[in-house]
Amino acid sequence: MVSKGRTKLNRLLPTCLSLVLPAVLMCGGITMAQGTTPDAMGSGVPHFDGVQKSVSGGIVEAILFYIFGGTVLAAAIGVCVSKRVVRMATWLFGTLGGVAVLYFLLGANYLGVIQLIVYAGGTLILLVFGVMLTSKSPWVRFECPRGEMVVASVVSILLFASLTTVLVTAEWPAQSQSADGVRIAEFGKELLTTYLVPFEVASVMLLVVMIAAAYLARQDRDDSEGAN
Amino acid sequence: MPLLEIGLMHYLILAAAVFSCGVFVMSTKRNAIGILIGIELVLNAVNINFVAFDRYQVVGGCDGQISAVFVIVIAAAEAAVAVAICMNLYKNLNTIDVDRGDSLHG
Repeated sequence: MVSKGRTKLNRLLPTCLSLVLPAVLMCGGITMAQGTTPDAMGSGVPHFDGVQKSVSGGIVEAILFYIFGGTVLAAAIGVCVSKRVVRMATWLFGTLGGVAVLYFLLGANYLGVIQLIVYAGGTLILLVFGVMLTSKSPWVRFECPRGEMVVASVVSILLFASLTTVLVTAEWPAQSQSADGVRIAEFGKELLTTYLVPFEVASVMLLVVMIAAAYLARQDRDDSEGAN
Repeated sequence: MPLLEIGLMHYLILAAAVFSCGVFVMSTKRNAIGILIGIELVLNAVNINFVAFDRYQVVGGCDGQISAVFVIVIAAAEAAVAVAICMNLYKNLNTIDVDRGDSLHG
């Protein structure tokens, strides 16, 4: 009875998540988008008159942070406890979506959109295809020995505790919250001037990776087939 | 640390929790794709840190967001190559259990 209930719960949770999350994401995105006015593109003048402070500070930001931070954390723990890879990928979608909303909350609208497109739309699909291509049944599971599980959880909890201790006791420089985060025009200008070399290196790396992945994943290899 | 006034610390602690979850996933899953999912969790935790530092102006300009963009690019590239390697592993060993991939073990 207990196991049946648990299976049902297991089946129910990702379904709810995948239905509810896009709706919530849209609401979050619309809320954030209303906060940012499309002002003076490329004028280069910093704009600090407090117009865009619709979500920064106050109770609304706190509530949104706790909702979506909770989503991120719950989905991350879901990835930890689920045994099946497809379930893990579903929970990972929750984490990625929640992190995107946190980016919107932090005023990084461009990054939020990129997170949704590249991670949720690209990387996650890639992972799911990887699961489908590398398992005979989609519910592939490999058991971890209980001892290793205990050691791993102790190590992770210790890591979290020590990180938190360090973060809380550290002396941070005076924090001044910028009014509207970084505008996209400023961001793009910075990317193509100060960070031009890393940008170009990243584009060449993407080309190399594309060729390498296509080569590695080729269906039948002519010359090196006999090696194994 | 005030509970209702969200600051840098809240984001950092959330990122630390997600990071620990990622480390746990990387160390307990035997499935190569599962390990990849753990790596994605860790990279997301790092990205939360970058963007939070950027927002609360510990570093100036938009360096944090640009670093986060590069992390996303690297993560996407890494996932593509890793999935291709997993497919090769599956082709050769008929499993993606990482414990079975010990052909180079001395």
